[in-house]
Amino acid sequence: MSMTGLDDLYREVILDHYRYPHGAAPVTNATVEVEGHNPLCGDELHMHLDIADGRIRGVHIDPRGCSISVASASMLAQHLEGASLEEAIALKKTFQRVMKGGSWPEGFDPGDLEALEGVKNFPVRIKCALLAWMTLEQALAEFDADLVGEIECDSDIEVITKKS
Amino acid sequence: MNPVDTRVDTTPLDVERIRQDFPILRRTVHGKRLVYLDNAATSQKPQSVIDAISHYYSNTNANVHRGVHRLGEEATDAYEGVREKVCRFINGDDPKSIIFTRNTTESINLVAHSWGRKNLGKDDEVVLTVMEHHSNLVPWQMLAQETGCKLRFIDIDEEGHLHTDHLDEYITPKTKLVALQQVSNALGTIHSVRTIACAARAVGALVLVDGAQGAPHGPVNVKQLDCDFYAYSPHKALGPLGIGVLWARRDLLEEMDPFLGGGEMIRNVTLERSTWASVPHKFEAGTPSVADAVGLGAATDYLMDIGMENIRAHEKYIVSYAMDRLRELPFIKVFGPHDPADRCGLVSFIDQDIHPHDLGTIVDQHGVAIRAGHHCTKPLMHRLGVVATARASFYIYNDRDDVDAFIDALLAARKVFGL
Repeated sequence: MSMTGLDDLYREVILDHYRYPHGAAPVTNATVEVEGHNPLCGDELHMHLDIADGRIRGVHIDPRGCSISVASASMLAQHLEGASLEEAIALKKTFQRVMKGGSWPEGFDPGDLEALEGVKNFPVRIKCALLAWMTLEQALAEFDADLVGEIECDSDIEVITKKS
Repeated sequence: MNPVDTRVDTTPLDVERIRQDFPILRRTVHGKRLVYLDNAATSQKPQSVIDAISHYYSNTNANVHRGVHRLGEEATDAYEGVREKVCRFINGDDPKSIIFTRNTTESINLVAHSWGRKNLGKDDEVVLTVMEHHSNLVPWQMLAQETGCKLRFIDIDEEGHLHTDHLDEYITPKTKLVALQQVSNALGTIHSVRTIACAARAVGALVLVDGAQGAPHGPVNVKQLDCDFYAYSPHKALGPLGIGVLWARRDLLEEMDPFLGGGEMIRNVTLERSTWASVPHKFEAGTPSVADAVGLGAATDYLMDIGMENIRAHEKYIVSYAMDRLRELPFIKVFGPHDPADRCGLVSFIDQDIHPHDLGTIVDQHGVAIRAGHHCTKPLMHRLGVVATARASFYIYNDRDDVDAFIDALLAARKVFGL
């Protein structure tokens, strides 16, 4: 029946991330602070990154949004703690591609992120899942513009830099 | 505290019969009957409006005010005839005071551009409210940047009523214009425009009323409102998308500069300069949306046949029922006036545990269309301490069965979230 799409969207793992998001604890030394906004719906995401020696030592997120945007931000925090900047950018690109209908690279374990694939059946909600990743892209670009290259922020998401 | 008994138990409308006139209500969404509760965004269109537009293109189509041929004449008559109808609809005196635009936003921009730039300077103030739709805020911000005029904002109480007790704090001899909504699109509050207009008059300021949520839902009388400008969007009142209305006092229109330049709005053109056509054509550059005007005429006929008083009574009936049903749900918080007498046919609310977007997606799966978001009132959302609300807005084809389907869908959303 028609509710299957809904069950696929609101998987238990998404609701768990929504209820108890990762990255709630503040980072001690925020290298970059950015604020992502989705002007179409009003969702907000504050993101602090602690970057040192080419790695993300800590991620703090303060999301104000729907379950999809909060879960996506929480999974981002979960995945990126300890990741290299290159890994972070690669994951952002992969996730963005998957949301646009692509598939995960061969041999890649998306972990909890796989649960967000249900969002693809709800096109108006894809921007909710992308907010955290567009915010990340801007945060990394603030840290090192060359590393990120051309900003791909395609939806209507706006990211404001607080401090870098 | 027991809520005041404000239940309205009857409606003057034959909703079952009205529904027959709206072909879209026969469709299903996700296998369910469409329950359309996003009327504050745009209303659905009756067959008569769809037919009028189709008939225009099939039989009358030509450009207006140009051809000497028969079709040109008929198209011009049809277009200009709607001006008279709209003038009657808002109880104006002079059809030449009606200007066709694209929407309320364009109507307000027209006033900001054509009246504001000429009449406002750095010592002047424009008074708005904290709950304006962005369409009645951003044009004034742009004007303030350009002219140096200041913006001031009338605050609200917890229920979304304007602070009318302290109007002299906001409206002062510096005030040149008070621009406010007639009805809040976000909270449904019906404002006492007359009270505000009276304070504006006392200091010699003009009054602009954003009627986007007023005109569709009850009788409008621009003389009783005592305003100088009145803007609305017919697409929220059964009319087609793409046409807007601005009514303004004729003497102001005569003094105002044109808005856009081009064909239709000129009297004479040389290579060096031009003179302007008379009002209202001075403000209608280029080929207008004639078919949409014709559709607006049909929509206005439909509404006047039902009677705007009856529509207002119906909305009280449906919104009081919706508020009663929502009150049964302890996890729902309703914003805006408690008394349905102060509220048009819409309810803005949140589920304390589910974000409005999630709610919107889930109820849609049950065929129920509601709005979730900031409703183009971000400063108001900030003032209320939320980023978004969900909003159910009703119209003439909604009945208690729609409210029941909506409530059931809200309960289903709780199940999805394991609550």
